[in-house]
Amino acid sequence: MRSSALCASIVASAACLVIASCERPPIDVVQHGYRGVAMGLVYDPRTLAAEKAANVVPEASPQADPDGPPATAVYKNVQVLTDLNVAQFTRIMLAMTAWVAPADQSCAYCHNGADMSADDNYRKVVARTMLRMVRALNSDWKTHVGNTGVTCYTCHRGNGVPAYVWYHDPGPKNMYPLAGWKAGQNAPATSVGLASLPNDPFTEYLDDKPANIRVLATTALPGETGAYTKQAEQTYGLMMHMSTALGVNCTYCHNSRSFGAWDTSTPQRATAWYGIRMVRDVNVHYLEPLTSIFPANRKGPMADVAKVNCQTCHQGVYKPLFGVSMLKDYPELAGSLHPVAATATDEAPAAGK
Amino acid sequence: MAEYQNIFSSVQVRAPLYPGTPLPAGVWKRQTKGTFAYWLGWIGDAQIGPIYLGTLGIASLLCGFIAFEIVGLNMMASVNWSPIQLLRQLPWLALEPPAPSNGLHLPPLNQGGWWLLAGLFMTTSVILWWARMYRRARALGMGTHVAWAFAAAIWLMLVLGFIRPLLMGTWGEAVPFGIFPHLDWVAAFSIRYGNLFYCPFHMLSIAFLYGSTLLFAMHAGTILACSRYGVDRELDQIVDRGTGAERAALFWRWTMGFNATVESIHRWAWWFAVLCPLVGGIGILLTGTVVDNWYLWAVKHGVAPSYPQVFPTVIDPATLPGAPK
Repeated sequence: MRSSALCASIVASAACLVIASCERPPIDVVQHGYRGVAMGLVYDPRTLAAEKAANVVPEASPQADPDGPPATAVYKNVQVLTDLNVAQFTRIMLAMTAWVAPADQSCAYCHNGADMSADDNYRKVVARTMLRMVRALNSDWKTHVGNTGVTCYTCHRGNGVPAYVWYHDPGPKNMYPLAGWKAGQNAPATSVGLASLPNDPFTEYLDDKPANIRVLATTALPGETGAYTKQAEQTYGLMMHMSTALGVNCTYCHNSRSFGAWDTSTPQRATAWYGIRMVRDVNVHYLEPLTSIFPANRKGPMADVAKVNCQTCHQGVYKPLFGVSMLKDYPELAGSLHPVAATATDEAPAAGK
Repeated sequence: MAEYQNIFSSVQVRAPLYPGTPLPAGVWKRQTKGTFAYWLGWIGDAQIGPIYLGTLGIASLLCGFIAFEIVGLNMMASVNWSPIQLLRQLPWLALEPPAPSNGLHLPPLNQGGWWLLAGLFMTTSVILWWARMYRRARALGMGTHVAWAFAAAIWLMLVLGFIRPLLMGTWGEAVPFGIFPHLDWVAAFSIRYGNLFYCPFHMLSIAFLYGSTLLFAMHAGTILACSRYGVDRELDQIVDRGTGAERAALFWRWTMGFNATVESIHRWAWWFAVLCPLVGGIGILLTGTVVDNWYLWAVKHGVAPSYPQVFPTVIDPATLPGAPK
């Protein structure tokens, strides 16, 4: 009897281990497609509650008086926000301080206290490029951000550096040279949702030389596509990142009967398609040109700047901040780049695609 | 009489050690005299051994050990020889085949060469073990059904790791050795080739797989239910059917109008089990070589149904004018 009790306890503890790695029921499933085709959105209500609490939009400051002298007439060295008046300009500076700067540093986080117009703090130069970027995203990337738009807060959330960024991965160091090749995969990597898939999908797809993400054949019989199964694993890796970053399962965008077919996909897939290109645009045209501006301690192991991926904005939620638009409260961040500013002398090249 | 009304045999029959039928002259002797194991007696025969290893058995174990070591040491090297990390990360670790771009060329040892060697030794080991199964069955004057059933499994293994990669022209299309990595590979493989569920040979394979479990449950259930009438003494029952076998047959004629015989049920089971990897292997072999997208193939041939649209029409943004690249 003692041995059977031992057996039972071993089985019970093994079962506990297995169950502990799962999410406990109840899990909510929301239909997201035609009935009976297993198109369901799966949510853990407990995770959702935590996300709701963590993704609250801060209260907007009172709108600025639309009348008043232009900011350029009062402040020196204004290059991006040239279309704002002094009140609007001050309002957005205060908002940026609240969204990005640590409380104890305030304006001095970016500005030289003796001469606010000086560009001697790298953060000020970065912030200027970021303002240019935010305006470009809100006007040129409506395909992804819609009219909800983005503000500094979408990514920063009170942090100087957004919580979710990525750097180039130099790979494991000091490896034994004769064995143990991992082929860039086979590690419990958070970048691919702890799968054993190739674990640097960011360099692969979100940087200047994107690999071909489309691996499915477009014809029933062998034709021109010719992608390898390994390439499908790479695409799969990025999809695992997107799933983690948005807190959604595959059927949010895809009908899993054919991941490649557009006519059976959901509209969200097209939004995500633009999102991938938008992230690439941000990395290649706004962040990487700042490489010489950032100090070494802000760079990754391969001396590259912090770059964005889906999680930088989304932070685990299908729409950043659950789709609440902060942009409507901060119209200063909307609108296209002022033509004069685009040609202004600046270290960072002007926005473009 | 033994009663089989539990998961375990509640009664253990202990006869004196039986070394097996006499061997012809000139072959290896069986190793050890044999012993009894009480715990194994719960799930099978309490007599353990003697075992016949022979030349084939030893060669097979040796090759298998080499393959196991190549995979294991590569996994350990991939975590910088840390035994703790080997244990912690074991499900994620793998020995990867060469990159697809390497084609069928011999790759450097640490970029797929070890994989090729491990595959060579594993395949040799498995085929030697197959020959051993065949030879031992013959030595006992048995049929070779077990060996041929095993060959069906070897076929699927060879298609996945050898024949299909050869036809595709690259070792990079083969499966990695690893727990999660081979599962992720399977998922990616199905996605790349447009969903294997639309491959008719995959469908057949599933039918035989589930069919096997159904047949297994029906057969095992029937025999256990009639063991109180001695139906498990199959030899007696085939020669001289007793009331147990009659009841078993009657039960199925009552419930579904037809019954397999004591002998034919084993043919059913054998063919279902064998056809599962056999047709599965055909499906894998056709994937990428003959059919590139099973979903589109199924649409073309009216296999995949279409469902009403519930979303506004979704168009591939890359096909729209002025789309960003």
